[in-house]
Amino acid sequence: MHNPQLNAHGELTHLLSIDGLPRDVLVHILDTASSFLEVSDRDVKKVPLLRGKSVFNLFFENSTRTRTTFEIAAKRLSADVINLDVARSSTAKGETLLDTVDNLVSMHADMFVVRHASSGAPYLIADHLRRTGRDDVHVVNAGDGRHAHPTQGLLDMYTIRHFKKDFSGLKVAIVGDILHSRVARSDIQALGALGAAEVRAVGPRTLLPTDIEQMGARVFYDLREGVRDCDVVIMLRLQNERMNGALLPSAKEYFRSYGLTPEVLALARPDAIVMHPGPMNRGVEIDSEVADGPQAVILSQVTFGIAVRMAVMSILAGN
Amino acid sequence: MQEQSIHIKGGRLIDPRNSIDAQADVFVANGVVCAVGDAPLGFAADSTIDAAGCIVCPGLVDLSARLTNLDAELLAAVAGGVTSVACPPDTKPPLDEHSLVERLVQRSESIGLARVFPVGALTQQLAGEKLAEMAGLSRAGCIAFSQATRPIFDTQILFRAMQYAATFGFAIRLQPQDHYLALNGVAHDGEVASRLGLAAIPVCAETLAISTALHLARETGVRLHLSKISSAAGIALIREARAGGVNVTCDVAIHHLHLSETDVGYFDSHARFDPPLRASSDRAALRAAVAEGVAAVCSDHTPVDEDGKQLPFAEATPGAVGLELLLPLVCKWAAEDGVPLAAAIARVTSDPAVALGVDAGSLGVGQRADICVFDPEEPWCVRPEALHSQGKNTPFLGWELSGRVRTTLVGGRVVFSI
Repeated sequence: MHNPQLNAHGELTHLLSIDGLPRDVLVHILDTASSFLEVSDRDVKKVPLLRGKSVFNLFFENSTRTRTTFEIAAKRLSADVINLDVARSSTAKGETLLDTVDNLVSMHADMFVVRHASSGAPYLIADHLRRTGRDDVHVVNAGDGRHAHPTQGLLDMYTIRHFKKDFSGLKVAIVGDILHSRVARSDIQALGALGAAEVRAVGPRTLLPTDIEQMGARVFYDLREGVRDCDVVIMLRLQNERMNGALLPSAKEYFRSYGLTPEVLALARPDAIVMHPGPMNRGVEIDSEVADGPQAVILSQVTFGIAVRMAVMSILAGN
Repeated sequence: MQEQSIHIKGGRLIDPRNSIDAQADVFVANGVVCAVGDAPLGFAADSTIDAAGCIVCPGLVDLSARLTNLDAELLAAVAGGVTSVACPPDTKPPLDEHSLVERLVQRSESIGLARVFPVGALTQQLAGEKLAEMAGLSRAGCIAFSQATRPIFDTQILFRAMQYAATFGFAIRLQPQDHYLALNGVAHDGEVASRLGLAAIPVCAETLAISTALHLARETGVRLHLSKISSAAGIALIREARAGGVNVTCDVAIHHLHLSETDVGYFDSHARFDPPLRASSDRAALRAAVAEGVAAVCSDHTPVDEDGKQLPFAEATPGAVGLELLLPLVCKWAAEDGVPLAAAIARVTSDPAVALGVDAGSLGVGQRADICVFDPEEPWCVRPEALHSQGKNTPFLGWELSGRVRTTLVGGRVVFSI
């Protein structure tokens, strides 16, 4: 089956998922991000790579944080950025997703950054662009349903590489609501492609997807066992609506079983780093002492996120 | 119109009900089969159909086809060799009133293509609360009663519905799926749904509903038909119940015989079905069950327009058109699994006719001349323009199939030929 993210030359034309991307494509993005990191430290934080290009932030689901990082990244590449709060405008008037896309293509969009509550929505857009002969317009998935959040996955990989230098030999635990997490899926796939020694999926059975082992993750129901000897611990955000109900009895009980405390973290390797895609629920999935502690690299993730998104956008625009 | 006398000449006759698979001519007059093999004394054919190289079989009996646009879909039926169609009651409005059923039957008779056998609503508005007027609906032409894909939450109501239907000898058809276990689900609970982040429907949603239905059927003695079985575990329960003497029949949708969860690919909404495409091991078990004759095969024909499919996977309307693909896809399965063609044809003719309790699917002398003549070798490619159905939605687009219908007769009249 043809991977719709790659063009006939095997080059990245959309970034929809980590799934199916060759290792060298991922490494190229990370290397490119390195070169952009120093741009953010300059007085004039801009490079002209996307000058004259229009990037449309198409957010069908609200997210100030992710949208802002994409906006900053696009602006640092000198693109014109148009933010569309579609959740509240066109679709509320009954316009279909693809009608919205057609309209924006007519306004000479060069790139769409798409967030949508439905898994696969960016694939639908990419497929529509292909069928309408607009292969020059690129799509970046900024999070679709539970499926993928590839730029988050890449910035997590950047962070891990920054602190750990190399993926081989690494044991990485991903803890929490993996079932509903697009970040977890992208991380598991990226770690697999980059050759991490072991990826662990840690959580209660209600929050683990069926057959997650097939994606290359080893399942742990016990947090302590899952974290033991790990080099990296990635904590996932527990959404409020999952805290009390059929998936979990309460946030309090969740914290007791799966919250990352200094005592639990002590079971990991002494130089282990702690990551979180944000926003954190302190006292639910992570203890403040860990979140603010020396092993947490959560704010570095945010900084690297901008460089990684610049890298993705510049590579897509160049292909 | 005066029915013609027709000589279907030189074909291979496959009539599973009468255990015939041989070179034999078929003679039709007055709307019925008047002889097989040799012409009856004094037979003068008004026309002759050259069936050399073709298979002559009973017109197909489809257990489930949605006839959204009656004219187009009944033409699609006969173009696919389907001469009898049972349609589920989840029309708009649902088939819960005898006048609606009468109108459907009259309209389909006036169109004069495939015969329509309506399945009536089991409960009013399909709401799963109050019983529909089954006796009245039966008089209007309903051959069974069903909820289509709608649930009955209250098992006491399901129990009463079966008791009531059993009183009059009516058949009940259920598409077994536990509402709550399947809630919001759009794909099989397995590796693909996990990877794509699609909300999943576990196999136990099907097996739990099958178990409930079988228990109640055993208790009430109702004639039960379970539709669109999708899992190995589900078919195993039905096989066991049949062996134990429960009066149950079942079917499998043609797409479940050929596709599995991996065909969802990158969120292909044409592979969105209800129940979902399951694991390849489920598909293997379904194919074995159909080969054994435990299950019949239906098209589950569901036309969906472009707008209903050009949506993110979970938001897309489930279903595919299948009336014109049923025969070639059954032939393909038979060829792949080494199933005799006669057995394969039985799964879409005599077996569903028995499950429906209708007089069809057989070419015995004196029986209605609903006949399909097809060339089993003729290759064709599934393309939108090749389909007569108003819906062009099918995951089989682009497939190269063999088996093309040449002529279809309904009641002794040629209603389709190429």
